[in-house]
Amino acid sequence: MDKEKLEYLQSKALDIRKLTVEMIGRLGVGHIGGALSIVDLLTVLYYDIANVTPADPKNPDRDRVVMSKGHAGPALYSVLADKGYFPIEEIKTLNQPKTNLPSHCDMNKTVGIDMTAGSLGQGLSCAVGMALAGKIDKKDYKVFCILGDGESQEGQVWEALMYAGNTGLDNLVIFIDNNGMQIDGMTSDINSIEPLDEKSKAFNLHTQRINGNDIEAIENALNVALNTKGKCSLIVLDTVKGFGVDWVSEKGVGCHSMSVSEEQWRKFCGKEKD
Amino acid sequence: MTDNMEMREVYCQALIDSAKDDDRIVVVEADLMNCIKTGPFKKAYPDRFFNVGIAEANMIGVSAGLATCGKIPFCSSFGTFATRRCYDQIFISVAYSKQNVKIVGTDPGICAEINGGTHMPLEDMGIMRGIPSMLCVEPTDSAMLKALMPQIIAYDGATYIRLQRKKAETVYTEKDNFDLFKAKTIREGKDATIIASGIMVSKAIEASNTLKDMGYDVGVINTFTWKPIDEQAIIDCAKKSGAIVVAENHNIRNGLFSAVAEVVVNNCPVPMESVAVMDEFGEVGKMPYLSERFSLRACDIVEKTLKVIKRK
Repeated sequence: MDKEKLEYLQSKALDIRKLTVEMIGRLGVGHIGGALSIVDLLTVLYYDIANVTPADPKNPDRDRVVMSKGHAGPALYSVLADKGYFPIEEIKTLNQPKTNLPSHCDMNKTVGIDMTAGSLGQGLSCAVGMALAGKIDKKDYKVFCILGDGESQEGQVWEALMYAGNTGLDNLVIFIDNNGMQIDGMTSDINSIEPLDEKSKAFNLHTQRINGNDIEAIENALNVALNTKGKCSLIVLDTVKGFGVDWVSEKGVGCHSMSVSEEQWRKFCGKEKD
Repeated sequence: MTDNMEMREVYCQALIDSAKDDDRIVVVEADLMNCIKTGPFKKAYPDRFFNVGIAEANMIGVSAGLATCGKIPFCSSFGTFATRRCYDQIFISVAYSKQNVKIVGTDPGICAEINGGTHMPLEDMGIMRGIPSMLCVEPTDSAMLKALMPQIIAYDGATYIRLQRKKAETVYTEKDNFDLFKAKTIREGKDATIIASGIMVSKAIEASNTLKDMGYDVGVINTFTWKPIDEQAIIDCAKKSGAIVVAENHNIRNGLFSAVAEVVVNNCPVPMESVAVMDEFGEVGKMPYLSERFSLRACDIVEKTLKVIKRK
């Protein structure tokens, strides 16, 4: 990746982090840790790789993004708002009555959301269905599905991984945001899902494992995945929960859902006043 | 008299017929293709048939994903596994997400016979009608199923179809017309009305005939669509006959009795009696045994009808 592009994407990732922090900060509480850990992936997807356009959000030929870890909605809403899917002012409505931006992703409320999620473990099956539909219709679109590591304790994830591996869906790229934490503690202490890469390979998936907060590494891995024919791809993203905002990541397990003060978010976002 | 064709044959043929001109129709199975006999669809449209193996949750999710891309997936399993095994997937990925997925649950209630209590869905319609917006329909026989399939395909929304697999008792002919959202009145009666669905419809007709011989004028209404239920038909029969017996091959809890009672108590309270499974698990047996074991016979309907008439 050339330096200019890298700097652009890094700058975008910071913008998205600021919007995410502001959105949750204005409400005062939210799922900030797991939102921040996937900002770098979303930045690469939406500002470089995915074939999507806010002017035509339902285009049947568009790439699809399924945020199976639906509680990371605020990170995705930040991207969609920044790209112009809806007015950026709407970020102030997160979780307010009648909002289009509920805590968990809802395809019927938010323009640009491709699948409803929130009950963990369900999104990958839906992404598989979207990829199958693309094959039936001989369309070139890609499907990107983002899972959490804790979410991957759900049995349905493995049903879907098995089927995706066996059907060789090379139009589907699966990411696991492996930030190592879940609500009750470290994933490794509660019910470890490791070794993730070896499990993925055993399910006949083209597997890569990278630093999931490294934009260049994400882009390179995505390009490898998209050029892999006849196999579904899985990319394990080793990430830091709350990445990019020290007072979030320092909370560790406690940053899954945490209070954010006005002082904290305004300082991070460089917004002293509205 | 039973139908000439098995319900599953009619179901699959209807899918094949519709799929000729409608490329949105796809079939998703979870290792029961050979039980519901959708093999002919696979043969006709191999690119539109998927078998995910014994993984009902994945079957529902994959179907929901296909539906987001404009497909109309028909997915099926035994009624127990098509509903309660994957209830949250149906609730969130299909219904809450407003996806046009058709879920077929076979072997309703005691039709599961010797597969027994583990396979005997006595609660499927109850839990499915508890999902907002879910259309719940139980076709009575092959003529009705054949007539309803195009309407079910045309209906844009999550649907649960409670389906006998084998030959049903014949109630209708191909000359009969059906509206998916209207109950079918078989006969009107002044003394009471039996509201029935599924295998209980032919028994309700038999009970009505017996009661006629005993000097009672008892109507029969087939509410094959449980949700949204035809409220006007229920109100009309409550007003005309003043007493209702509900006959269902289902647990009394949350089933057809509950659905009818919700309408009756709000509009025109009249005495009601129930022929249903009384909050019990299923067990192994053949139909005659199970009908007697759970009191789902025509004679049970007669008994409850006489009882409800006395309460008028």
